[in-house]
Amino acid sequence: MTITQAKPPAPPRPERSTLRHGISVGLARRAWLRLSGLLSLPLFWLVVAYLGALAAMFVTAFWTIDSFTSELDKTFTWENFRTLVGKPVYRTVAVRSLVVAAGVTLIDAVVAMPIALYMAKVAKPRTRALLVVLVMTPLWASYLVKAYAWRVMLSGDGPVTRLVGTVGEPLYGLGATTVVLAYLWLPYMIIPLFAGIDRIPNSMLEASADLGGRTWRTYRSVLLPLLAPALVAGSIFTFSLSLGDLYTAKIVGGTTQLFSNVIYDNLVTANNLPFAAAAGAFPVLVMVIYLAAVKRTGALENL
Amino acid sequence: MRRSVNQRFVAGIAAAVGLSLVLTACGSSTTSSPASPGTSTAGTRTAGSSSADSSSADSSSISSSSAGSSTGGSSSGGSSSAGSSAGESASAASNPVTASTAPAAPSVPMATSVGAGEGEVDIVAWAGYVEDGTNDPKQDWVHPFEDKTGCKVKSKVAGTSDEMLQLMKTGDYDLVSASGDSSLRMVYGSVVQPVNTDLVPNYKTIYPFLEKQRWNSVNDQMYGIPHGWGANLLMSNSAVVKTPPTSWGAVFDPNSPYQGKVTGYDSPIYIADAALYLMKTKPELGIKNPYALDDKQFAAAVALLTAQRPLIGEYWSDYTKLVQAFESGDLVLGTSWQVIANLITTDAKVKVTATVPTEGSTGWSDTWMVAAKAKHQNCAYRWLDWIVSPAVNAQVATWFGEAPAQSLACAQPDMTEQCKSFHAADAAYAKGIWFWTTPTKTCVDGRTDTTCADYTAWTQAWTTIKG
Repeated sequence: MTITQAKPPAPPRPERSTLRHGISVGLARRAWLRLSGLLSLPLFWLVVAYLGALAAMFVTAFWTIDSFTSELDKTFTWENFRTLVGKPVYRTVAVRSLVVAAGVTLIDAVVAMPIALYMAKVAKPRTRALLVVLVMTPLWASYLVKAYAWRVMLSGDGPVTRLVGTVGEPLYGLGATTVVLAYLWLPYMIIPLFAGIDRIPNSMLEASADLGGRTWRTYRSVLLPLLAPALVAGSIFTFSLSLGDLYTAKIVGGTTQLFSNVIYDNLVTANNLPFAAAAGAFPVLVMVIYLAAVKRTGALENL
Repeated sequence: MRRSVNQRFVAGIAAAVGLSLVLTACGSSTTSSPASPGTSTAGTRTAGSSSADSSSADSSSISSSSAGSSTGGSSSGGSSSAGSSAGESASAASNPVTASTAPAAPSVPMATSVGAGEGEVDIVAWAGYVEDGTNDPKQDWVHPFEDKTGCKVKSKVAGTSDEMLQLMKTGDYDLVSASGDSSLRMVYGSVVQPVNTDLVPNYKTIYPFLEKQRWNSVNDQMYGIPHGWGANLLMSNSAVVKTPPTSWGAVFDPNSPYQGKVTGYDSPIYIADAALYLMKTKPELGIKNPYALDDKQFAAAVALLTAQRPLIGEYWSDYTKLVQAFESGDLVLGTSWQVIANLITTDAKVKVTATVPTEGSTGWSDTWMVAAKAKHQNCAYRWLDWIVSPAVNAQVATWFGEAPAQSLACAQPDMTEQCKSFHAADAAYAKGIWFWTTPTKTCVDGRTDTTCADYTAWTQAWTTIKG
C-alpha cells in the first residue's frame, strides 16, 4: 500500500498577488474610487435609462410630425400642448382617468384595511404567513389573464351578470374598469397597510382602551393617524398604476377610453410620437404634484 | 426592531418599484419608439441552426427569425398578424383613379438581372408572412427557401405600417410586405425601388386585377409584387339579427334594436367606413373617395360616428376579442373580417353571416417591395418569386387568412374552399373594395381646389368620437 502524497500547493504567483494587493491598497486609500466603483453602474442606469428617457420625452413633446412621410419636424412649438389643452375631449378623458384612479385607490383602501388589520393583529403567525402568501399569489399570474378572466365574468352570460340579474347585457364600462383595476392593484395596498399596522405596538391600542376609547375611537384617533404613511404608500401604487393602465379599459371598458389609451393610440396607430410625448406629460405631472403633496405631509420619511 | 427595519425596507422597495413603474410607463413612450433606428433589434431572433449545414456554399449558417415569434403561441401569432395588417394596411383607392395621373416618382434604378445570391436577405413583414416553423411546425416556407437559394432569411416583424416605414428608412432591410397606406409613402420617399417584373417569373400568373394598381405602381411601373388582400365585412349573428343586413346603415341606425351590441373597428381608419356610407347615401356631400375628405365631408363622417357611439358595445382591434364577444352574444352586429367569420363558424358556438354590403367596403391589399438600396438585391428578387409561387402563396394566405394574389395558388390542393371564401378570383368583388390608404392634406382623389383632413386629424377625431 502506497501512500501518494499530494503535492504541496504551488505558491501563488507573485506578480498576480502584487497586482491584487496593489488594487486593494489603492482602493483602501481612495474612498472616492470605492464609492464611484460601487455607484457608477446604478447611477448610469438611473441617469441614462430613467432620466434620459424622460428628458427625451419632454424634448420630443415640442416637435411635430409630417403625417405623410412620418418625418419628425424638430422645430420648437407649443402646438401639441395647445391641442391637448384646447380640445375638450382631452380634458374629459383626463378628468375621467383621475376619477378612476381616485376611485380605485378608495376602494382598495376600504377593502384592504380590514384584511390588513386581521393579518397583523388577529391572525396567528401560521395563518398570517398563509394570508401573506395568499395576498401575494395573484401577483404571480399574468395581469392580462386576470383582466380577461374578468371579461368573461362580466360578459352577457357571465357569472357576475347572472348574479346582478341582467343576463344578456354585458357589464363592460367605466364601472367595470374601476372594479377590475381595484382588484388588480389590491395587493399593493394590503402589503404596505399590513406592514404599517404590524409596526404599531399593541400597547398603543391597550392604552387607548384603558383611557376609555372604544373600537371606533381607537381606530380613528390612534390607528388611522399612525397608519397615514402606510396608506399614502399604498395609494401611490394604486393611483399611479391606475393612471398608467390602458389594457383594462380595452378589455372590460366597453367604449371607455382613459388617458393612457389616448397616448397609446397616438403612439401606435398614428405614430405621432411628439403628440404622445406631450400627452405623456400629463400623468407625470399629476404624479409629481401628488408626490410633492405627499412629501409636504412628511409621509415619505415615514415609509 | 429587526422586523420594523425589514418592513421599512420592503415598503421602500415597493415604493421605488411603484415609482419606477410610473416613470417607465411614461418614459417608454420615448424609448420604445419605432422612430429611433436603434430599436430595430427588438423582434429579431436567431434560430433554426438545423440548416446550418446547407449544401449551398454561401449559406453557411441560417439565421432566421420567425414572424410573430414575439407574440407567443401560434394562434395568437396568426391573429395578431391579421389584426395588425388589416389595421394599418391600406392602399390607394381600389376603384382606381388611373395611375397615369400620379405625380412622377423619384428616379431610383431598377434591377435588370438577377445574379448570384448574396447569401442573406433581410425582411420587414407582417406577423405570419415569414414563417420558419417556430409558431407551428407545419408553417415553414423559410427553410425550404434557404435550402433552395442559399439565402439565409433574417426577418423582423413590424406591428404597424408606420413602423414598417421607419424600419425601411434605416436601410438595414432588403424587403418589406408593405400595405397600401405605407407603400406610396415608401415610393415617394425613395425608400423602395421599382420592381422589374420580368425577373419574377411567378408574377405572370398573379391575378390581373391586382396588377398596376395605385397602391403598388406609379404611372404603370410596378413597385412591388402583389401578395394578398381582404375586405372588411358586415357581420351579424344570424340567430339574433334574423334578416342579415345588406347595408352599412344597420350599424349607423340610431333606432337600432341592437343598441349596445354593435361593434366598430378601433382605428382612425374606421372613419373611412362612415365616409363610404355617406358617399352612397348622401351624394350632396360630394364624397368621391372615402380617404379624401375635405372639412365639410370630414365633419359629416365624424358626426355620423359620434351619433353611432351610443350603439357601440365595444370597439375592437384585437381579433380574438371580437371572436369571443360574438360567441358570448355580447356583440351581434358590426364590422369584421372574413377570417374572423371563418373562426366563429369553425367554433360553431353561434352562426354568423358576413357580407360586403351594397355600399361596398373598405379593405387591405399588401405588396412585397424591394429597398432602394438593398444590400442583397439578388436574394430579394428570389424571395419575391418564392413568396408568390403557387404553393407558398397558398400556404401564407391560409395561415394569415386572406385572398392569395397568385392565381395558381387556388389550384393547389385544399385551396378551393380558401379561395372561395376569400373571393380570391373575383375581380368584381375586389373592385367593390376601397383598400385602405393614408389620408393626406393633398386630397388623394385628385382634387386640388381644397385640402383634406390628414391622418393626424383623423387620429384626433377618432379620440374625440370615442369621447
